[in-house]
Amino acid sequence: MNLECKHVWEHISGYLDHHLDPELFAAVEKHLETCEVCSAILDSTRNILVLTADDRTYELPLGYSARLHERLAAVIGVERSG
Amino acid sequence: MKAASANEATLIRRILAGETELFHELIRPYEKLVYVTIFAILKNETEAEDGAQETMISAFRNLASFRGEAKFSTWLVTIAMNEARKRLRKAKVAAEDSLDAPSEEGEGDYTPAVLTDWREVPLEALERKELREKLRDAVGMLPEKYREVFVLRDIEELNQEETAAALGINVTLVKVRLHRARMMLQKMLVPYLKGQAPARQGFFRRWFS
Repeated sequence: MNLECKHVWEHISGYLDHHLDPELFAAVEKHLETCEVCSAILDSTRNILVLTADDRTYELPLGYSARLHERLAAVIGVERSG
Repeated sequence: MKAASANEATLIRRILAGETELFHELIRPYEKLVYVTIFAILKNETEAEDGAQETMISAFRNLASFRGEAKFSTWLVTIAMNEARKRLRKAKVAAEDSLDAPSEEGEGDYTPAVLTDWREVPLEALERKELREKLRDAVGMLPEKYREVFVLRDIEELNQEETAAALGINVTLVKVRLHRARMMLQKMLVPYLKGQAPARQGFFRRWFS
């Protein structure tokens, strides 16, 4: 199966998630081996996902946990006595 | 995402039987999950913190309705997502979506940005703080339906089925929206990613075969 670049772009996401069927996965892989344009798109997309998974991208505000449990304690306390 | 453990099931039973103080322990592993879900949708710290508190209170009050057919974490995320949606409606932020949402019917019409001078540079480039800020901004600019799927799949790492269940859509739509979301982010972030290398193989196993 020979794929054109445009066709490969539709499968970048599925490729990264390993959700393509084996034949299509192999065809995308083969294309990526020789196509710099598509490899660059794959790499840049993958970098975004690496950044997204980085714990520092989304951080909790200082004191968040303490405030959360304080508010919960108030609710739990009231509803128990009520 | 953590699987609902036997310990969790026991905790829930005890809480429902009256040991309500144990609720603190039950939700401790999911504090960040709930906050980040709402923050990534609303992009507002105060709203996200308040929304996270409301989510946990709602989970406490409705704990008896958790049947254990889903993971407890997925159940919580569903409540958090609904809370975020409610607040988004209120703020009317939805009307200000900065990108035009492509139609769902025209599959494959979404194209990524083509890089002509992509080259590999060290992993350290991804360590830059500004890049993480740009990413948060870009996620905040995604049209809502794409943002929701991206948040659950790529930030909270729910699987396709869990994401579909949490959003009340089918798995095919999850796939289509996730792909679009990623391609939109790629397009928005390419100017900041140029000349930056993929992280080294095997470091983030999920993304490297």
